Order: sequence, then C-alpha cells, then structure tokens
Amino acid sequence: MVNPVRQVFRFYYEGFKDMKLGRTLWLIILIKLFILFFILKLFFFPDFLNSRFKSDSQKSEYVGTQLTRHRVP
Amino acid sequence: MDASDLSLVDLSRAQFALTAMYHWLFVPLTLGLGVIISIMETLYYKTGDTEWKRITQFWMKLFGINFAIGVATGIILEFEFGTNWSNYSWFVGDIFGAPLAIEGILAFFMESTFIAVMFFGWNKVSKSFHLASTWLTVIGATLSALWILAANAWMQYPDGMTFNPDTMRNEMTDFWSVLLSPVAINKFTHTVFSGWIVGAAFCLGVSAWFLLKKKEKNLSYKSIRIAALFGFLGAFLTALTGDGSAQQVAQRQPMKLAAMEGLYEGKTEAGMVAFGVLNPAKQTYNDTISPFLVKIEIPGLLSLLSFRETGAFVPGITNLMDGGFIKKINGAQDTALSSDEKMIRGKLAIQALSDYKQARKDSHDSLANVHKATLNTYYQHFGYGFVPSKDTLVPPVPLVFYAFHIMITLGIFFLGLFLLTGFLTWKDRLHKQRWLLWIAILGIPLAWICSESGWIVAEVGRQPWVIQDIMPTYAAVSDLKPGSVLITFVLFAILFTVLLIAEVGIMLRQIRKGPEEVH
Repeated sequence: MVNPVRQVFRFYYEGFKDMKLGRTLWLIILIKLFILFFILKLFFFPDFLNSRFKSDSQKSEYVGTQLTRHRVP
Repeated sequence: MDASDLSLVDLSRAQFALTAMYHWLFVPLTLGLGVIISIMETLYYKTGDTEWKRITQFWMKLFGINFAIGVATGIILEFEFGTNWSNYSWFVGDIFGAPLAIEGILAFFMESTFIAVMFFGWNKVSKSFHLASTWLTVIGATLSALWILAANAWMQYPDGMTFNPDTMRNEMTDFWSVLLSPVAINKFTHTVFSGWIVGAAFCLGVSAWFLLKKKEKNLSYKSIRIAALFGFLGAFLTALTGDGSAQQVAQRQPMKLAAMEGLYEGKTEAGMVAFGVLNPAKQTYNDTISPFLVKIEIPGLLSLLSFRETGAFVPGITNLMDGGFIKKINGAQDTALSSDEKMIRGKLAIQALSDYKQARKDSHDSLANVHKATLNTYYQHFGYGFVPSKDTLVPPVPLVFYAFHIMITLGIFFLGLFLLTGFLTWKDRLHKQRWLLWIAILGIPLAWICSESGWIVAEVGRQPWVIQDIMPTYAAVSDLKPGSVLITFVLFAILFTVLLIAEVGIMLRQIRKGPEEVH
C-alpha cells in the first residue's frame, strides 16, 4: 500500500529537482517574498491602527475623531 | 485642509496607483494566457498530437515566468491599506476584509496546488488529471480576481451595508448584493475578458516574431489560430461588458461618465465623442472656455448607450453641480440634488455622528437615537461633508477622457487585428504579410496600454471618492508624515521596476530559445 503522503512528497521533490528555469524563478520568488515580508512589511508598513491601539474601541474612537476632524465647518 | 495634508493624500494616491498598475502588468497575462494554454492542452488531449503538447509546454513556460514574477505583488496593496489608508480600512473592514481574505485563500490553495501539477505532473499523472489541473489553475486565478473586483465594485457602488456609529464601521447586511451587484458583475466580466485580450495579443505577437524570423511556422500558425479566435471573442465580450459597465456608470457615477466624454453641458440626444482634443485652457468646470479644440461626435450615441434611449438627457459636469435635472436609476425617476445641497447633507450627517458619539458618552440614549436617525437619513451623502470646495468633486477630466478614448480605440484595433490575422492564417498567407506581423508585435505593449487605460478610467474617474459619495480620499488616509510615504513610493518604484526588467529579460531569453522537444 503506497503511502499517499510519501507519494505527494516524492512528486514535489522530483519536480523541484528536475527544474532548470524554475530554479531561477523560485530564487526570484523567495527574494521577493523576503523583501516584501521581512523588509517592507517589518520596517516600512506597520499596520497604522494596530501599532497604536490595542482594542477595537480605541481604534473606532480614533477613526471617529479623525473623520470628524476632517469635516468642513 | 492644509498643504501637508494634500501632499500626504496625493503621495498616498500616487503610491497606490503605482503599485496597482505594476500589479496589473502581470495579472491580465495570467488570466488570458492561462485560458490559451488550457485550450491548447485540450487539443492535445483530444487529438493525441504531440505537437500540441510541445506547443502547450512552450506557452506554459512563458505563463510560468509571468506567474512567478507577478505572484504576491498584490500583497503590497494590502500592506498599503493597513498603513496608508487606515481610516478607510477601519471604515470598510467588515466588507473589504472578507473578499480580500477569500481571494488570498483561493489563490493559495487552488492556484498553487494545481499549478504544481501543471508543471511537475507531465508524464506523472494521467492526461485527464493534468488537463483538469491546467484548467483549474486559470479558474482559480479567475475566481481570485472575482473577489478583489467585487470589493472594488463596492467602492464604486456601495450597497448591502449599514453604518454602525458605535464601531465606526460599515457592516455587511447583504453579502449577495455586494458580490452580485450589477456593477460587480460587469466589472468582473469586463476585467477578465480584457485579460483575454492581453493573453491573446501576447501569443499573437510572439508567434508573429517567430514568423518574421522564419522559424516555427507550424507552432506559430497553430498558436495564432487560437489566439486570434480567443482574442476576438475576448475583445467582443469586453466591448459588450464595457457597454454594461458604462450603463452602470451613467446611473451611479454620472460625474465619471461626464469626465469620460468631456461633457460639461448636458443634453438630450447626447453624442459620443469619436475623436476629440480637449482645450488645455479650460481649467474649471464653470469658466466660459470651450472644452474642446476639436470634436467629432456620433450623434445620439451617448444617450443611447447610457440610458438606452437616443433622446435621453445625459447630465454634464455643470448639471451635476447645479442639480435640478431628472435622473433615472433602475427605471425610477428623481430630481438630482445640487452639489451645494449634498454638501449641506454631508455636513449634517457628520455633525449627527459627532452629536451621537457625545450623547452616548453622556448616556443620553434617547438623544443618541435622534442623532442616529439623522445620521441614517443623510448617510448616503456622508462624504460630501468633507468636501472643501465644489470643484474638487470634478475628477481630472483630461486624464479620464484620453484614457477612455485610448481604451476604446485600442479595443476596436484589437477586434480588427484578431479578425485579420485569423483570416490570413486560415488562408496560409499571414507569414507573407511582414507589415502585419510587425503590427502584431506592436500589439503586445498596446494590449497593456489598453488594459491600464481602463483602470485609469475606473479609478481616476471616481476621484475624489474612495467610496462613492461616502468617503473622499482625504478622509481615508492615515495621519502619516508625507516623507515616509515618499520613501516607500521610491522603494516600490525600484522593486517593481527590477521585477519588470527581470520578467522581460527572462521572457525574451525563453522566447529566443524557442520551444523545446516535447517532454
């Protein structure tokens, strides 16, 4: 009885092993994902509300104040 | 608003526009070329002809390059929602969040699962399972697009929600009216079909290059037959759904339609501009300067396309500002409000919100209910309370006008190009028409220009609104320093340009290498 998990693993393993152009593409993908999540997201794109407020009530209070601040008198 | 607020808004908008337009360089090719390779593999499956397998594997490689470079570029837009557009994100989180989450889940589980079988599964899985995986990859990509486009459609036509002043959030009350609104259906189908044009133009252009180089004639002819037929179908359906979209815009975003046509003074039997050059001297909607230097119109066509009657009144920018005309939505008639009146109602809505919050703080529940009722009465004009002056309600007319007409002109061009190349391939004469082969190659960048122009119409045409009539861009941004937005703008420009150069470089190398022996 063939183990399906093993089958799937072999499928992916042999697939990746046989790649030629795919290795270049995977390198680009991994570099891109690293830049996106470990540089841009960490250092340049914090979630504005989550980084300043802990609770939903604080966030809604803040947004409410922002909106009423922006209104034209 | 002060000057720093405005530069923050403009920088945030510019950053979002940059990242969205870069993201849109990769997506339509996935949507269009994905269907083309599925058709090709279907032909291999049905005929058993290994030449079809070889052809499929060639285009699949190019599909894979585009997919790999483009994957996850959309995540940056989600980052920007959370950082640069926090007021907007909180305000619409209950509605926007769900479609975006489903898009991500679909993309991850469906596309990534089946794309692995598509690339790794040749000769390892059955022909039918492999074929199903190829189709399911592009279906997964298309279904992913459905959710984000439904979210964008909601921005253009907010429906199926109620505003909760306690949480400051719009809460979804009718999921199906969000997903299946007429705006959402038209937007989704129009966008997907336009991706088919891009995929077909790419396939046609690359094949044309092979013919110019006098190589791979069999592959090129087979590919062009499919690309021409598929592309013509895509262009036809894009035009059909574009007509549907324009009808929705006429009813729900009439200012966008007026900008698309450079229409300042409304009229019955309004003509559609076939060719026009706007007058750069016209700076405001209410100056007396003529809007056009040159204009050639098709009489009555704009009225017909907008409201299905040649005699219908199509309001211009001035009419939309002054109000007083009869407007029709879904067969019902109403008198249009002036911008001044809408701004008054918007201010009443925001004041009611402020008063409600205060009454709740003071535990005056019955007074709070009165203010809540006032808020609900005027909520549909909530965004007008933020508008500093009427002329900010007019989107940039030249950009919207020219983008719209570039899109239409190129759409007609592609209908003709696919028809002609398909016919000449059928007659085995295309390889002799070098002038047409060069035009087909030129069609590759033109397809992207057409597609991006459509997005400019959709997104610049809705300005200043981030949610039509409910929230303008300047109420939606986070309170950040403009300098930080400028830094990330530059970083994105560099990152995406590098990715684009990588994609073009790898694609060109692979195209020059040509198809390999079947494996």
